[in-house]
Amino acid sequence: MRSYAIAFLSGLVFAAGLGLAGMTQPAKVLAFLDIGGAWDPSLAFVMVGAIAVHAVAWQIATRRGIVIVVPKAIDARLVGGAALFGVGWGLSGWCPGPAVVAMGSGLESAWVFALAMFWGHALVTRFDLTSGEDIRLISAPAPAK
Amino acid sequence: MVGEQFLDEIAGGVLIGLAGAILLLGLSRVAGVSGILGGLVTSARGDLGWRVSFLAGLGVGGLVLALLAPAALAPASGSLAWVAASGLLVGVGTRLSNGCTSGHGVSGISRLSPRSLVATLVFMQTGALAVGAVHHWFGGGQ
Repeated sequence: MRSYAIAFLSGLVFAAGLGLAGMTQPAKVLAFLDIGGAWDPSLAFVMVGAIAVHAVAWQIATRRGIVIVVPKAIDARLVGGAALFGVGWGLSGWCPGPAVVAMGSGLESAWVFALAMFWGHALVTRFDLTSGEDIRLISAPAPAK
Repeated sequence: MVGEQFLDEIAGGVLIGLAGAILLLGLSRVAGVSGILGGLVTSARGDLGWRVSFLAGLGVGGLVLALLAPAALAPASGSLAWVAASGLLVGVGTRLSNGCTSGHGVSGISRLSPRSLVATLVFMQTGALAVGAVHHWFGGGQ
Protein backbone atom coordinates (compact mmCIF):
# COMPACT_ATOMS: atom_id res chain seq x y z
CA MET A 1 0.00 0.00 0.00
CA ARG A 2 2.84 2.35 0.85
CA SER A 3 4.37 2.04 -2.60
CA TYR A 4 1.01 2.82 -4.20
CA ALA A 5 0.71 5.96 -2.06
CA ILE A 6 4.22 7.09 -3.07
CA ALA A 7 3.44 6.55 -6.77
CA PHE A 8 0.10 8.37 -6.46
CA LEU A 9 1.74 11.31 -4.70
CA SER A 10 4.40 11.49 -7.39
CA GLY A 11 1.73 11.58 -10.10
CA LEU A 12 -0.21 14.26 -8.25
CA VAL A 13 2.84 16.51 -7.83
CA PHE A 14 3.78 15.84 -11.46
CA ALA A 15 0.33 17.00 -12.62
CA ALA A 16 0.54 20.16 -10.48
CA GLY A 17 3.94 20.92 -12.00
CA LEU A 18 2.73 20.41 -15.56
CA GLY A 19 -0.29 22.63 -14.90
CA LEU A 20 1.68 25.41 -13.24
CA ALA A 21 4.33 25.31 -15.94
CA GLY A 22 1.82 25.64 -18.77
CA MET A 23 2.58 22.23 -20.29
CA THR A 24 -1.15 21.40 -20.24
CA GLN A 25 -1.90 24.23 -22.67
CA PRO A 26 -1.22 22.78 -26.13
CA ALA A 27 -1.14 26.24 -27.73
CA LYS A 28 1.70 27.26 -25.41
CA VAL A 29 3.62 24.07 -26.23
CA LEU A 30 3.20 24.71 -29.95
CA ALA A 31 4.42 28.30 -29.49
CA PHE A 32 7.50 26.90 -27.74
CA LEU A 33 8.16 24.59 -30.69
CA ASP A 34 7.54 27.37 -33.23
CA ILE A 35 11.19 28.35 -33.39
CA GLY A 36 10.86 29.68 -36.94
CA GLY A 37 7.80 31.78 -36.09
CA ALA A 38 6.68 33.75 -33.03
CA TRP A 39 8.82 31.69 -30.65
CA ASP A 40 7.78 31.59 -26.98
CA PRO A 41 10.87 30.35 -25.11
CA SER A 42 9.22 30.19 -21.67
CA LEU A 43 8.86 26.38 -21.54
CA ALA A 44 12.64 26.03 -21.70
CA PHE A 45 12.60 27.24 -18.07
CA VAL A 46 10.46 24.24 -17.14
CA MET A 47 13.28 21.97 -18.21
CA VAL A 48 15.81 24.09 -16.35
CA GLY A 49 13.83 23.85 -13.10
CA ALA A 50 13.05 20.15 -13.48
CA ILE A 51 16.60 19.12 -14.39
CA ALA A 52 18.14 21.17 -11.57
CA VAL A 53 16.04 19.36 -8.97
CA HIS A 54 16.17 15.94 -10.57
CA ALA A 55 19.95 15.98 -11.00
CA VAL A 56 20.23 16.22 -7.19
CA ALA A 57 17.86 13.26 -6.87
CA TRP A 58 20.13 11.20 -9.12
CA GLN A 59 23.13 12.11 -6.97
CA ILE A 60 21.32 10.86 -3.88
CA ALA A 61 20.11 7.74 -5.70
CA THR A 62 23.63 6.90 -6.85
CA ARG A 63 24.96 7.33 -3.33
CA ARG A 64 22.28 4.95 -2.09
CA GLY A 65 23.44 2.34 -4.55
CA ILE A 66 20.49 2.52 -6.94
CA VAL A 67 21.84 1.27 -10.26
CA ILE A 68 20.13 1.97 -13.54
CA VAL A 69 20.04 -0.52 -16.38
CA VAL A 70 19.06 1.04 -19.70
CA PRO A 71 19.69 0.47 -23.38
CA LYS A 72 22.94 2.24 -24.19
CA ALA A 73 22.98 2.32 -27.98
CA ILE A 74 22.52 5.55 -29.89
CA ASP A 75 21.12 3.94 -33.00
CA ALA A 76 18.57 4.36 -35.77
CA ARG A 77 15.85 3.05 -33.51
CA LEU A 78 16.45 5.79 -30.90
CA VAL A 79 16.80 8.59 -33.43
CA GLY A 80 13.93 7.41 -35.63
CA GLY A 81 11.63 6.91 -32.66
CA ALA A 82 12.47 10.32 -31.21
CA ALA A 83 11.90 11.89 -34.63
CA LEU A 84 8.44 10.33 -34.94
CA PHE A 85 7.56 11.33 -31.38
CA GLY A 86 8.58 14.93 -32.10
CA VAL A 87 6.34 15.11 -35.17
CA GLY A 88 3.40 13.72 -33.19
CA TRP A 89 4.08 16.17 -30.36
CA GLY A 90 4.20 19.06 -32.85
CA LEU A 91 0.84 18.12 -34.41
CA SER A 92 -1.22 18.45 -31.22
CA GLY A 93 1.00 19.97 -28.54
CA TRP A 94 0.41 16.98 -26.26
CA CYS A 95 3.09 14.66 -25.01
CA PRO A 96 2.16 11.66 -22.80
CA GLY A 97 2.19 13.38 -19.36
CA PRO A 98 -0.03 16.37 -20.16
CA ALA A 99 -2.34 14.08 -22.15
CA VAL A 100 -2.99 11.91 -19.08
CA VAL A 101 -3.60 15.05 -16.98
CA ALA A 102 -6.05 16.26 -19.63
CA MET A 103 -7.80 12.86 -19.54
CA GLY A 104 -8.37 13.31 -15.83
CA SER A 105 -9.88 16.72 -16.43
CA GLY A 106 -12.41 15.11 -18.74
CA LEU A 107 -11.26 16.37 -22.12
CA GLU A 108 -12.69 14.02 -24.72
CA SER A 109 -9.91 14.60 -27.26
CA ALA A 110 -7.30 13.57 -24.67
CA TRP A 111 -8.95 10.14 -24.41
CA VAL A 112 -8.78 9.83 -28.21
CA PHE A 113 -5.11 10.83 -28.08
CA ALA A 114 -4.35 8.26 -25.37
CA LEU A 115 -6.20 5.48 -27.18
CA ALA A 116 -4.19 6.19 -30.34
CA MET A 117 -1.01 6.29 -28.27
CA PHE A 118 -1.81 2.85 -26.87
CA TRP A 119 -2.33 1.62 -30.40
CA GLY A 120 1.08 2.96 -31.36
CA HIS A 121 2.68 1.18 -28.41
CA ALA A 122 0.90 -2.05 -29.31
CA LEU A 123 1.98 -1.80 -32.95
CA VAL A 124 5.64 -1.59 -32.00
CA THR A 125 5.31 -4.35 -29.42
CA ARG A 126 3.51 -6.58 -31.91
CA PHE A 127 6.11 -6.33 -34.64
CA ASP A 128 9.27 -6.00 -32.62
CA LEU A 129 10.13 -8.45 -29.92
CA THR A 130 13.07 -6.45 -28.62
CA SER A 131 10.90 -3.50 -27.60
CA GLY A 132 10.22 -4.91 -24.15
CA GLU A 133 13.48 -3.57 -22.77
CA ASP A 134 12.24 -0.60 -20.82
CA ILE A 135 14.23 1.47 -18.42
CA ARG A 136 14.85 -0.65 -15.37
CA LEU A 137 16.34 0.14 -12.05
CA ILE A 138 17.84 -2.36 -9.70
CA SER A 139 18.90 -1.65 -6.20
CA ALA A 140 22.39 -2.90 -5.53
CA PRO A 141 25.09 -2.16 -2.98
CA ALA A 142 27.23 0.81 -3.93
CA PRO A 143 30.52 -0.20 -5.52
CA ALA A 144 33.46 -0.10 -3.12
CA LYS A 145 35.72 2.89 -3.54
CA MET B 1 17.07 39.32 -16.64
CA VAL B 2 14.86 36.28 -16.20
CA GLY B 3 12.29 38.44 -14.44
CA GLU B 4 9.05 37.36 -12.86
CA GLN B 5 7.47 36.26 -16.09
CA PHE B 6 9.15 32.84 -16.01
CA LEU B 7 8.61 32.11 -12.31
CA ASP B 8 5.60 29.85 -12.97
CA GLU B 9 7.57 27.86 -15.51
CA ILE B 10 10.53 27.43 -13.18
CA ALA B 11 8.29 26.52 -10.23
CA GLY B 12 6.37 24.06 -12.39
CA GLY B 13 9.64 22.52 -13.49
CA VAL B 14 10.79 22.23 -9.88
CA LEU B 15 7.57 20.35 -9.03
CA ILE B 16 8.11 18.01 -12.00
CA GLY B 17 11.68 17.35 -10.85
CA LEU B 18 10.39 16.77 -7.34
CA ALA B 19 7.76 14.30 -8.56
CA GLY B 20 10.50 12.39 -10.34
CA ALA B 21 12.61 12.47 -7.17
CA ILE B 22 9.74 11.00 -5.12
CA LEU B 23 9.44 8.09 -7.54
CA LEU B 24 13.19 7.57 -7.91
CA LEU B 25 14.09 7.69 -4.23
CA GLY B 26 10.83 6.22 -2.93
CA LEU B 27 10.38 3.33 -5.36
CA SER B 28 13.62 3.23 -7.39
CA ARG B 29 11.59 3.97 -10.49
CA VAL B 30 12.06 6.46 -13.32
CA ALA B 31 9.21 8.94 -13.82
CA GLY B 32 8.95 8.52 -17.56
CA VAL B 33 5.28 8.77 -18.46
CA SER B 34 5.45 6.91 -21.79
CA GLY B 35 7.35 4.03 -20.20
CA ILE B 36 4.94 3.83 -17.27
CA LEU B 37 1.99 3.82 -19.69
CA GLY B 38 3.56 1.29 -22.03
CA GLY B 39 4.31 -1.02 -19.10
CA LEU B 40 0.56 -1.32 -18.45
CA VAL B 41 0.44 -3.67 -21.42
CA THR B 42 3.76 -5.46 -21.23
CA SER B 43 4.64 -5.68 -17.54
CA ALA B 44 4.13 -8.57 -15.17
CA ARG B 45 1.12 -8.34 -12.89
CA GLY B 46 3.16 -7.55 -9.78
CA ASP B 47 4.60 -4.54 -11.57
CA LEU B 48 1.26 -2.94 -12.40
CA GLY B 49 0.08 -1.41 -9.12
CA TRP B 50 2.58 1.44 -8.87
CA ARG B 51 2.03 2.29 -12.55
CA VAL B 52 -1.74 2.51 -12.13
CA SER B 53 -1.26 4.55 -8.93
CA PHE B 54 1.10 7.02 -10.61
CA LEU B 55 -1.25 7.47 -13.58
CA ALA B 56 -4.20 7.86 -11.22
CA GLY B 57 -2.26 10.62 -9.46
CA LEU B 58 -1.71 12.37 -12.78
CA GLY B 59 -5.39 12.01 -13.70
CA VAL B 60 -6.71 13.15 -10.32
CA GLY B 61 -4.28 16.06 -10.60
CA GLY B 62 -5.99 16.94 -13.88
CA LEU B 63 -9.39 16.80 -12.22
CA VAL B 64 -8.21 19.08 -9.40
CA LEU B 65 -6.73 21.50 -11.95
CA ALA B 66 -10.02 21.55 -13.87
CA LEU B 67 -11.84 22.48 -10.66
CA LEU B 68 -9.37 24.96 -9.15
CA ALA B 69 -7.58 26.45 -12.16
CA PRO B 70 -9.52 25.68 -15.33
CA ALA B 71 -7.44 28.16 -17.33
CA ALA B 72 -4.44 25.83 -16.90
CA LEU B 73 -6.05 23.24 -19.15
CA ALA B 74 -6.94 23.55 -22.79
CA PRO B 75 -7.88 21.06 -25.49
CA ALA B 76 -5.53 20.40 -28.39
CA SER B 77 -6.40 22.22 -31.59
CA GLY B 78 -7.57 20.22 -34.55
CA SER B 79 -10.11 17.54 -35.37
CA LEU B 80 -10.29 14.25 -33.48
CA ALA B 81 -8.66 12.50 -36.46
CA TRP B 82 -5.78 14.98 -36.29
CA VAL B 83 -5.37 14.40 -32.56
CA ALA B 84 -5.52 10.63 -33.10
CA ALA B 85 -2.77 10.83 -35.73
CA SER B 86 -0.69 12.80 -33.24
CA GLY B 87 -1.30 10.21 -30.52
CA LEU B 88 -0.37 7.33 -32.83
CA LEU B 89 2.95 8.96 -33.76
CA VAL B 90 3.67 9.72 -30.11
CA GLY B 91 2.91 6.10 -29.18
CA VAL B 92 5.09 4.54 -31.88
CA GLY B 93 7.90 7.04 -31.42
CA THR B 94 8.16 6.88 -27.64
CA ARG B 95 8.01 3.08 -27.69
CA LEU B 96 10.81 2.85 -30.26
CA SER B 97 13.01 5.37 -28.49
CA ASN B 98 12.12 4.22 -24.94
CA GLY B 99 11.13 7.62 -23.62
CA CYS B 100 9.37 10.92 -24.02
CA THR B 101 9.68 14.47 -22.70
CA SER B 102 9.83 13.25 -19.09
CA GLY B 103 11.91 10.08 -19.45
CA HIS B 104 14.51 11.47 -21.86
CA GLY B 105 14.04 15.24 -21.51
CA VAL B 106 14.05 15.46 -17.72
CA SER B 107 15.18 12.19 -16.15
CA GLY B 108 17.74 11.18 -18.78
CA ILE B 109 19.34 14.59 -19.16
CA SER B 110 19.46 14.95 -15.36
CA ARG B 111 21.82 11.99 -15.20
CA LEU B 112 23.73 13.20 -18.28
CA SER B 113 22.72 10.28 -20.47
CA PRO B 114 24.11 10.84 -24.00
CA ARG B 115 21.26 8.73 -25.37
CA SER B 116 18.63 10.93 -23.77
CA LEU B 117 20.41 14.10 -24.88
CA VAL B 118 20.36 12.89 -28.49
CA ALA B 119 16.70 11.84 -28.24
CA THR B 120 15.69 15.21 -26.75
CA LEU B 121 17.52 17.23 -29.41
CA VAL B 122 15.91 15.10 -32.13
CA PHE B 123 12.32 15.31 -30.87
CA MET B 124 12.59 19.05 -30.23
CA GLN B 125 13.91 19.50 -33.76
CA THR B 126 11.26 17.40 -35.50
CA GLY B 127 8.59 18.96 -33.27
CA ALA B 128 9.71 22.39 -34.47
CA LEU B 129 9.71 21.16 -38.07
CA ALA B 130 6.19 19.78 -37.68
CA VAL B 131 4.88 23.05 -36.23
CA GLY B 132 6.58 24.99 -39.03
CA ALA B 133 5.17 22.66 -41.69
CA VAL B 134 1.63 22.89 -40.29
CA HIS B 135 1.85 26.69 -40.31
CA HIS B 136 3.10 26.72 -43.88
CA TRP B 137 0.86 24.18 -45.51
CA PHE B 138 -2.30 24.26 -43.46
CA GLY B 139 -2.20 27.81 -42.18
CA GLY B 140 -2.09 26.65 -38.58
CA GLY B 141 -3.90 23.62 -37.23
CA GLN B 142 -6.16 21.20 -39.02
